[in-house]
Amino acid sequence: MRLGSGTFAACCVVIEVLGVALFLRGFFPAPVCSFSGTEHQTESPAPEPSAGAISNWTKLPPPLFSKVVIMLIDALRDDFVFGSKGVKFMPYTTYLVEKGSSHSFVAEAKPPTVTMPRIKALMTGSLPGFIDVVRNLNSPTLLEDNVITRAKAAGKRIIFYGDETWVKLFPKHFVEYDGTTSFFVSDYTEVDDNVTRHLDKVLKRRDWDVLILHYLGLDHIGHISGPNSPLIGRKLSEMDSVLMKIHTSLLSEERETLLPNLLVLCGDHGMSEAGGHGASSVEEVNTAMILISSAFERKPGDVRRPKYIQQTDLAATLSIGLGLPIPKSSVGNLIFPVIEGKPMREQLRFLHLNTVQLSKLLQENVPSYKKEPGFEQFKVSERLHGNWVRLYLEENSSEVLSNLGSKVRRQYLDALRALSLSLSRQAAQYDVYSMAVGTVLVLEVLALLLLSGPRALSGKAELDVPLPSPAFSLLCYLLPLGLVALHVTVCTSAGGTCYLCSLPWLTAGGVMVLISTLLCAVLSALTGMFAGGKRLSKNPPQCNSRWSELDLLILLGTVGHTLSLGASSFIEEEPQTWYFLVNTLCLALCHEIYRNCFLGDDCAPQSCPHAGEDFDGVAAAPQGKSPGPDVWELDRASRHPSPLGALRGPERWMVLASPWLILTCCRLLRSLNQTGVQWAHRPDLGHWLTSSDHKAELSVLAAVSLIMIFVLVQKRCSLASKVAMAFGLLGIYCYRVAIGNLLFPWQQNNKDISKGITEARFVYVFVLGILFTGTKGLLKSQITADDFTVKTVGLWEIYSGLVLLAALLLRPHNLPVLALSLVIQTIMTQFVWRPLRHDAAEVTVMHYWFGQAFFYFQGNSNNIATVDISAGFVGLDAYVEIPAMLLTTFATYTGPVLWASHLVNFLTSEASRPAPETQASGTLCLCTKLTSTSVDGAKVANCHLLRLRELSPRWLSLWKGPQSVSSECVKSQHKEVSVLSSPPSLSGQEGSGVSRLPAEHRRPDAPGEGSRARAEARHPLGLSLGCPLLGVGGKALGREEAMLRGPALQGSPAGWTGSQVGPKAWA
Amino acid sequence: MKDTDIKRLLYVHLLCIFSIILSIFIPSFFLENFSVLETHLTWLCICSVSVTAVNLVLYLVVKPNASSKRSSLSYKVTRFLKCCIYFLMSCFAFHVIFVLYGAPLIELALETFLLAVTLSTFTTVPCLCLLGPNVKAWLRVFSRNGVTSIWENSLQITTVSSFLGTWLGAFPIPLDWGRPWQVLVVAHQLLSCGLQTLSCGLHVRPSSLTRDGTQAPCIGSAESYLLRHQGSPSSFLFSVNS
Repeated sequence: MRLGSGTFAACCVVIEVLGVALFLRGFFPAPVCSFSGTEHQTESPAPEPSAGAISNWTKLPPPLFSKVVIMLIDALRDDFVFGSKGVKFMPYTTYLVEKGSSHSFVAEAKPPTVTMPRIKALMTGSLPGFIDVVRNLNSPTLLEDNVITRAKAAGKRIIFYGDETWVKLFPKHFVEYDGTTSFFVSDYTEVDDNVTRHLDKVLKRRDWDVLILHYLGLDHIGHISGPNSPLIGRKLSEMDSVLMKIHTSLLSEERETLLPNLLVLCGDHGMSEAGGHGASSVEEVNTAMILISSAFERKPGDVRRPKYIQQTDLAATLSIGLGLPIPKSSVGNLIFPVIEGKPMREQLRFLHLNTVQLSKLLQENVPSYKKEPGFEQFKVSERLHGNWVRLYLEENSSEVLSNLGSKVRRQYLDALRALSLSLSRQAAQYDVYSMAVGTVLVLEVLALLLLSGPRALSGKAELDVPLPSPAFSLLCYLLPLGLVALHVTVCTSAGGTCYLCSLPWLTAGGVMVLISTLLCAVLSALTGMFAGGKRLSKNPPQCNSRWSELDLLILLGTVGHTLSLGASSFIEEEPQTWYFLVNTLCLALCHEIYRNCFLGDDCAPQSCPHAGEDFDGVAAAPQGKSPGPDVWELDRASRHPSPLGALRGPERWMVLASPWLILTCCRLLRSLNQTGVQWAHRPDLGHWLTSSDHKAELSVLAAVSLIMIFVLVQKRCSLASKVAMAFGLLGIYCYRVAIGNLLFPWQQNNKDISKGITEARFVYVFVLGILFTGTKGLLKSQITADDFTVKTVGLWEIYSGLVLLAALLLRPHNLPVLALSLVIQTIMTQFVWRPLRHDAAEVTVMHYWFGQAFFYFQGNSNNIATVDISAGFVGLDAYVEIPAMLLTTFATYTGPVLWASHLVNFLTSEASRPAPETQASGTLCLCTKLTSTSVDGAKVANCHLLRLRELSPRWLSLWKGPQSVSSECVKSQHKEVSVLSSPPSLSGQEGSGVSRLPAEHRRPDAPGEGSRARAEARHPLGLSLGCPLLGVGGKALGREEAMLRGPALQGSPAGWTGSQVGPKAWA
Repeated sequence: MKDTDIKRLLYVHLLCIFSIILSIFIPSFFLENFSVLETHLTWLCICSVSVTAVNLVLYLVVKPNASSKRSSLSYKVTRFLKCCIYFLMSCFAFHVIFVLYGAPLIELALETFLLAVTLSTFTTVPCLCLLGPNVKAWLRVFSRNGVTSIWENSLQITTVSSFLGTWLGAFPIPLDWGRPWQVLVVAHQLLSCGLQTLSCGLHVRPSSLTRDGTQAPCIGSAESYLLRHQGSPSSFLFSVNS
């Protein structure tokens, strides 16, 4: 049976997606939640247990506190309050913690330590997982059962000031609110003043029950300058005075009411040593939580150390404190010290309510709940409780009652702990069976691609799928049967927790058949390979000898990078890896250039370069002694008579200097932005430039960069685009001046700051204009079909439009990155790639490497916290989701996108000029090897995932972008971004698949038969080499994929897809 | 001829390795508080000096490229001076490359320079001894298939492996183990590695004796300090020279 390679690749991708989806379904634990819906009003609370006797207490207990104030300080790490900083900057709070009527705790937040999931955890008591974040991206409203909704249903009046995430989560819940946006990270005073300004008014009023304040300033300071900044101290003192104000006001009010009030001071997450958050380090996870109320009296000398609790415990405690039912999916325990001062009966009643709620949750989530120790303890304590109530109602002596009561209480507390434990274990459980099946599918497809790749790549673009021989056909019948039997066994023994088992058996059977078919195909391909292998193995040395050092470096670098992703430190410090690789690449280029320059001209076939040297005895006349090894070198030299030899004068000097220029540029850029984790806090040029004292320097730098951009971009544009470009760049400068980043030389410091909407829109007009002319040119060339100049100019105009947009979106101190990237591109094109005649594959990989390096030069890192969200607001009045998302994505991936489009330009323009014979077979060899090794790398990454699943939060919190995914791929560009939720914004920004520049990036049909053949031979190579690590599959695979560092997992088959579809497309 | 060459080569390598090992142990008798990890600067100095000395002595004694040409005194002097200049240039060139690779420009400049000196002694000095200040010959040796004798072969292997060792020495830097030797990378470990390679090389292919033991350690405080260099030394020498 013959199969076109396009069809084959499509099938493989589909199966691959299926396998990955299955794997992910097992990898992400299903969140523990209550399934009984939100119709909680109808349900009556659990009555007090009573053995025989009839208790009259079936209603919910009355609230403990009349008013509750929640003061949430973003990124309030525990040591900001309980450590030396707290003593120094928060005297009032320290007094309350040490002597006042308060309980202090260190509340442990579960990763992801990002605000929105943390707010959910605080209010619902559940554990929002990563999948939950993804699921809820589209509906920001919190639909789960939570304290706020319950309180509103109970008629409490809630007032909220602070982060507008709350307003989005709980729309129409607050009688009064004022949301502050967290997008402008650089603002840390205004954002808190906007909260505090309401305080005086609100505290005087008596018409509210719950007041929630969310202060963002501390987090912003952390993002800007880290936890050791002097700004932190000032902010903490400010917070301390706010706390004092609220507390005194509550105390004065309490005299008039019967019930005490409760003031909760807490943080949503901590702050890492670098100032960010999101991952699961101790600093990020431990937050301070202080409950202050006059009900928590303590005797003098009663030292209360901060106890460790879970953040989720607050929901249950607040519900009890407000007299509300506990949210259904809460996994938290009631914080016991809060109810310690109450009579025994109430204490037991509260504990009972909490255990009943937890055990219900357990019943809904764990099928074998009866065997859980927590559940058994719950039954025992409920019985004891019933007995105690009977005794109580019969009015026995208080001595017996209190003894028995404390015993019941202890029993309850144990049960609570055990229940929480089994629930959180449930939340961290993985469906290993589904994961295994998914992995097997993926691996089989990879193997199949690997085995059949060379044949599919070869000229005919067709693949011979061998019809199964008799032995295999028997195997094909037997395998599914065996697998189905295995499936039944696994499912019956594992119970209902498996996703695969919950599928209808026909579907599951289909999966099994698929697995076995693939296995058969792999086996037959393998045998075919062995049969054909003997013929091929005749002349491998020739193939090997064509590898230059550069090819070797490219191969090793790509493989090494893939392998390095197995270690989390290397993921964190990935920028360093790329800088390292790019530097090494430059040095290797340097080596090649010098060898070509100096040996190349001398190595004419018969002249011996060393004969002239008088003291070099051994080296004298080497050709005569050992002619063998030099043959190839000489052969090559004679075939390509020293490409650099022809260059003379300044151009030759430029060629010689170019690697060093590039290296210097890279070094400069590297000191512009420190990224990574370990060294992110070190001072860099970027910080120096952005500080307000150095505005003049920044202005000069930005102006110079803009001029450089203009000079470098304009030379290949049409006249209209040139003018538009000039105006656009001018507009960019004006925009930056308008928003106060830069200065005009003629005005100093006193201009009022606006949002610069007009200026930015002015630039957008030019961007669109240039893009439009570019597209027009492309379309025109598509119709006329042979005009190359129109096509190259069109492509270049699209590219320059992108450059203009990038210049607008990048922060002013990053403009040199853009300018230098253009410089490097020009130097590489003019003096390296063209004179040295690198083939498409090498150029593609180099572009990919540089694109990656520039991603990090911009100051990005693999941490989600470094995404610059302000780019989403350029030229927009308010937050508009889709444009903001697109702009942020583009600004983040400027480096890779620009390099990818430059690659397209370069390849197109190269195709149009007469190129020398390409070493097709050598490159084929190289790219086959490369792809296969990267497939191996993907496998390793895949297996690693299995072992690393304990670390999954960490893996996921390290947000890895699409690796410039297909942006490198010439055929199409799908951008897949998974901005999980941007930490400062916390509103869950979603990246989306942006499919850009589809077909026009295909290589043009070369004129004439010969060059067409060459294009066919060269192009797929460029593709397959460029794609291996790039993960084209992004569009289909969804964002979980990218979160899982999908590119490494997914890239290779996609790379093959590109290469296999290739020949067809151009044929 | 070949056998004697191989024998001499073996002794040369053994001596080199021995000198490196000695430079680890001997100074502790004379100097207080000497340890490879803590006083790495001193150690680097001693190590490079001893390796240079061994190389020079060997060159004078063994004379691998027995030049039969006439050599006047002035010629010898100019050649020696030329060698010194080459050596200094290579030190500076290495320093520049380290900085380009991300070593801090001002702080730790001494460490960086010492590393450059050490790497030069491991690579440039043998080249100078064997090939003389003759850049074309260097380029030939370090391009593919340009080797004509065992001496050149061993030179190629040792030099390239020194570069590779320095290059690889950067790998543990980003890891978060917090060990001191992450900064001063594993000189002794690579040394033992080199010994192994040597013995392997002896048994398998007598012509490819190696002395990987001379891996240059990576010094300097840990900061974003990715120091390595691959490619041939000829590249930068040419850049200076031409």
